[in-house]
Amino acid sequence: MATQGTSIWSKHQIFEKHSYWLMLGILVMISIGGLVEIAPLFYLKSTIEKVEGMRPYTPLELAGRNIYVREGCYNCHSQMIRPLRDEVERYGHYSLAAESMYDRPFQWGSKRTGPDLARVGGKYSDLWQVEHLNNPRSVVPASIMPSYPWLAKTRLNAKHIGEEMRVQQVLGVPYTDEMIAKAQDDLKTQATTDAADSDGLQKRYPKAQGRDYDGNPGELTEADALIAYLQMLGTLVDFKLYDNQANVR
Amino acid sequence: MTTLQAPIQPPAKSLRWGEGALIGVFSLFALFSIVVAAKAYTPEYAFHAYLFAAASIASVFAIGNRYMNRPAGAVPQFIDGKPNYNMGVVKFGTVAAVIWGIAGFLVGVIAALQLAFPIVNLDLPWISFGRLRPLHTSAVIFAFGGNVLLATSFYVVQRTSRARLAGDLAPWFVMLGYNFFIVIAGTGYLLGITQGKEYAEPEWYSDLFLTVVWVTYLLVFLVTLLKRNEPHIYVANWFYLAFIITIAVLHLGNNATIPVSVFSPKSYILWSGVQDAMFQWWYGHNAVGFFLTAGFLALMYYFIPKRAERPVYSYRLSIVHFWALIFIYIWAGPHHLHYTALPDWAQTLGMTFSVILWMPSWGGMINGLMTLSGAWDKLRTDPVIRMMVVAVAFYGMSTFEGPMMSVKAVNSLSHYTEWTIGHVHSGALGWVAYISFGAIYCLVPWLWNKREMYSVKAINWHFWVSTLGIVLYISSMWVAGILQGLMWRAYTQLGFLEYSFIETVEAMHPLYVIRALGGILFLTGALIMAWNVWKTITTPQTAAERELALQAAE
Repeated sequence: MATQGTSIWSKHQIFEKHSYWLMLGILVMISIGGLVEIAPLFYLKSTIEKVEGMRPYTPLELAGRNIYVREGCYNCHSQMIRPLRDEVERYGHYSLAAESMYDRPFQWGSKRTGPDLARVGGKYSDLWQVEHLNNPRSVVPASIMPSYPWLAKTRLNAKHIGEEMRVQQVLGVPYTDEMIAKAQDDLKTQATTDAADSDGLQKRYPKAQGRDYDGNPGELTEADALIAYLQMLGTLVDFKLYDNQANVR
Repeated sequence: MTTLQAPIQPPAKSLRWGEGALIGVFSLFALFSIVVAAKAYTPEYAFHAYLFAAASIASVFAIGNRYMNRPAGAVPQFIDGKPNYNMGVVKFGTVAAVIWGIAGFLVGVIAALQLAFPIVNLDLPWISFGRLRPLHTSAVIFAFGGNVLLATSFYVVQRTSRARLAGDLAPWFVMLGYNFFIVIAGTGYLLGITQGKEYAEPEWYSDLFLTVVWVTYLLVFLVTLLKRNEPHIYVANWFYLAFIITIAVLHLGNNATIPVSVFSPKSYILWSGVQDAMFQWWYGHNAVGFFLTAGFLALMYYFIPKRAERPVYSYRLSIVHFWALIFIYIWAGPHHLHYTALPDWAQTLGMTFSVILWMPSWGGMINGLMTLSGAWDKLRTDPVIRMMVVAVAFYGMSTFEGPMMSVKAVNSLSHYTEWTIGHVHSGALGWVAYISFGAIYCLVPWLWNKREMYSVKAINWHFWVSTLGIVLYISSMWVAGILQGLMWRAYTQLGFLEYSFIETVEAMHPLYVIRALGGILFLTGALIMAWNVWKTITTPQTAAERELALQAAE
């Protein structure tokens, strides 16, 4: 035990004899680091930059993203390309903060048991994606990814996708009331090749790709949604036009 | 007024305020859950709502049943001048920890086999790797580790405060409620209900329920401290309190979501992208810092001195250790986001504080190890002490490795690779699990009034089999991680990337097999422990042994 009286260690007794002081001390100590590191991210230019081309997910992409989250793809696939030579050559331009600005939750991941997917959009054909999801080893013999045969067989349940967009609107995602009202139509339009309202879809969601993704035009399946999401990943920002100095002060 | 003397009667039994209120709340909640189940958007969510309803109804019956069987008066705080400790919840938590531990290790072994042999996924949605991996992490961290922390904190706070645990039904609500949360979270992953944030996968309704349980936990712990019969709050309790408070703050910050509807399992988080990433790893790293470190350091500060029968090495070192550790840990989160879109200054701050963190961590390690001064011979004779000392040694090793990996240059190689997995497991298997096993081996005889564990030989077997498993696990993952990192960045003489991604996957195979073997050995060790615990509890003792056990428990 500390010597009584003048020793500075005896001052510590206030925490050892009063649980409220101990609690208060703990709260103060654990608050500082978090506040300093998190609070500035909500107003710094580099973390809230707007980049030409970024738009919210279409209803079909959002439904696909929900399946990506549900199946835990983030456990093995990152979506964050670091500005290192080998990564940029392997996967493409390094990821920008703005590219995940509509990602709730973010899916940067922490592990690459499989390759990074931040720019997988357009890298493989729809048919490859269908085959690969159904049985990865049919196209990549040494793959250790699980097979997902149920995706192409399960009808997409996106009855409430409008409600999900409404919640995100409340959180600040720029979904318009028109987008929400047309959610179910847009969902079908995007999953149909040469659909009637594809111009409307393009207007609401520039660069949206509309076609039957899973090779089964008769049915809107989970594979349609997931592949629509995968095929748009990293395709929104045009890096020929991107100015990396725009947000430098 | 007549002066007729009434016969002396025991006080009439009546429902306590808490009992009545809880019966009311649970009845209403059962009704509400049934309505939610009927209108649920998905069958998986309906299943969970029915589970909530069933658990609520079971709670009403359990409280009613307990009321019928209990004596009328209040529970005495002291019996014959000794505190009337509440050890029922501690026993429950100890047994639950053993069971969840086995379940978590088993799921880990299956997941390891899936990576070595993808056919083990069986093409079934419920057990595919992406759903099983969160089940493994949650089962070992929150189910096994959580029950160890609940049980030991309830034990330690009572013994070191010389006071009965606060609350009548509250400790049971915490213990059973927490385990129910685990069931909801775990079954949710298998059914595809997840927030998609590592170590924070449970959806909004599980999170809300856990918040209620956790606040009750804080209250039980704090009020027990307030009514203590010792002038000082023992050092282990500082760490427990920091763990409980900080986990509450982290949980609320990282799970700030808006549900799509009360009938939908899905929710969307308040922040997106880079802000969400920072929140997540502020949470994620401090789940390591406060759940897996501060909480288990409390075990170190109680069970090692108690078992070695030596005082804690340095009182001043524990003060420095405590405040430095909790202050510095919070800053370390951004080292999970090196070279990402997080601003550089935040990454550098995270790295700097991670390196500084090495010092308090090793201060704590020294305090734990040096507690054995004058009792080093027990390493030879007592396998329980050996297990706990090896745990502290692993703590020292992984708290050196962590700061090293947080250096950006090292991290550019190690990030995204198996090295991270190896690092986590040297901490999780070597430190967290071993200090927990040590505490369980101490607690079981103390709680069930036995002189010792049923078989000391079996503890030795557990120790050596598991240690071999850990060595296989972490060394294979070090090799795998560094190999992977080097292959990804290898260039040919002509300046092209040397390996395609799939070639790096193929290179992992033998190491994945060795890792799975390591996991199987670790699981085997835990099964030996479960058998030993079972035999200790169920084997009756002779009167002489019981006498000795009672004396030992004093």
